[in-house]
Amino acid sequence: MREAVPRRGAVDGVSRMKTYQCDIVVVGAGPGGSMAAKFCAQGGLDTILIEKKAEIGAPLRCAEGVAKKWLSEVGITPDPTWIRGDMKGAIIKSTQGTAFQLDESKAGTEVGYVLERHLFDKALAKDAAAAGAKIMLRTSATGILRGPDGKIVGVKAKSMGEEIEIRAKAVVAADGYESQVGRWAGIDTNLSLSDIDSCIQYRMCNLDVAPDFCEFVIGSAAPGGYVWIFPKGNGVANVGIGVMGSLCKKGADAKYYLDKFIAEDPRFAKAQCLEIMGGFVSTCPGLDCAVDDNIILVGDAARVIDPITGGGICHACRTGMYAGKVLAECAKKGDFSKDALMPYEKMWRDRMEDKLFRNWMAKEKLATLSDEVIDDLIKMISQADIKEVNVYNLLKAVKEKYPQVVEGFEDLI
Amino acid sequence: MKVDVDKCLHCGGCVGSCPKNAIFLNDFVLEFNEDCVRCGRCVKLCPVAALSME
Repeated sequence: MREAVPRRGAVDGVSRMKTYQCDIVVVGAGPGGSMAAKFCAQGGLDTILIEKKAEIGAPLRCAEGVAKKWLSEVGITPDPTWIRGDMKGAIIKSTQGTAFQLDESKAGTEVGYVLERHLFDKALAKDAAAAGAKIMLRTSATGILRGPDGKIVGVKAKSMGEEIEIRAKAVVAADGYESQVGRWAGIDTNLSLSDIDSCIQYRMCNLDVAPDFCEFVIGSAAPGGYVWIFPKGNGVANVGIGVMGSLCKKGADAKYYLDKFIAEDPRFAKAQCLEIMGGFVSTCPGLDCAVDDNIILVGDAARVIDPITGGGICHACRTGMYAGKVLAECAKKGDFSKDALMPYEKMWRDRMEDKLFRNWMAKEKLATLSDEVIDDLIKMISQADIKEVNVYNLLKAVKEKYPQVVEGFEDLI
Repeated sequence: MKVDVDKCLHCGGCVGSCPKNAIFLNDFVLEFNEDCVRCGRCVKLCPVAALSME
């Protein structure tokens, strides 16, 4: 087994702290971190990937639904070991019960697989390791290391309880929604309250739900978000909710809304909980700038998440891949300055920014609509002849019949 | 700030939502440092109402 080899070095003139040297240190072994580590290592860079948890991909903080099309774009081959279910389509429902069923032929870009994240994340970490990255578990970043000139030269960390330093030419912050590394580095990752959705999810059994359709419920059942039911087979599903805190009734939290939804739906009459998890998503169109001298932020840490769906896995994989490729290029010139890292910024913006911005506007609008209007919209959409259903085409149909709903961002549709 | 350890799911949402970066999730323990200005954002956002003003 190859291991990262520590060096003992004098620190503060007194203590002798274990120090690791590498080209790139990646903080966080989620999809974004593993992709970044893989592409750094493939580019010939000595890469260390650290993960604070004892297991990659667990505990779960995700609804596990992903589309299919982007996988080939980032070089991931679908593998039955981490695909729990292949969805036939999606059901979009209003709080009042009006439903619209989408088949895969029409909704291919938005629906696809339900994953086993604990296996998916490990598969990506394995790819990173195969490319040569070293993985350190139970290792959490505790701060940024700066050189005498103030330049970022790595991270401070705690590894299996021991204080260590990991010195690197550049840091990739892939530490998810918590995103402390970016903030320690001085990047403003603060979110406005309306750009945060609090989520809670139950893994439930004994359910009477469609086994191969992902279901989304919008409206007052989930203020500023939605309820999801993503089937995992054999009457088991991830049943969760995301809500915008500022739109919740006083004293009501995400759990209140999810419990209420479950209590009122007869399909859950015999349902029992196997697992409970919380999590947050940002619903803004990404950071103003996700790079600085010697640091790149990827995935959730860069706030690159679809503001409508809260989906972040494909964005994390794309940004991780871009980060790895750009860092490998930068290494050729030995320049990891902000200017040198800007191609990363351009790559993710060119690929995703318009869509993120449009969906952010749509999210803001959707949050203001009454259940009656949402009902009308779903009826209208189910009658409209939409060849391929994705957020863009849905908005286009809405624009024709209900122009007031897309007021302010009609130019993006 | 008060953490109800029996309710907290260790999801880390408050950590990433804190405007002062004053909350830390060390394993299964949520800790607030002296930068906390008691703005109450974490209380408002917690999905299971595990946080309250002391």
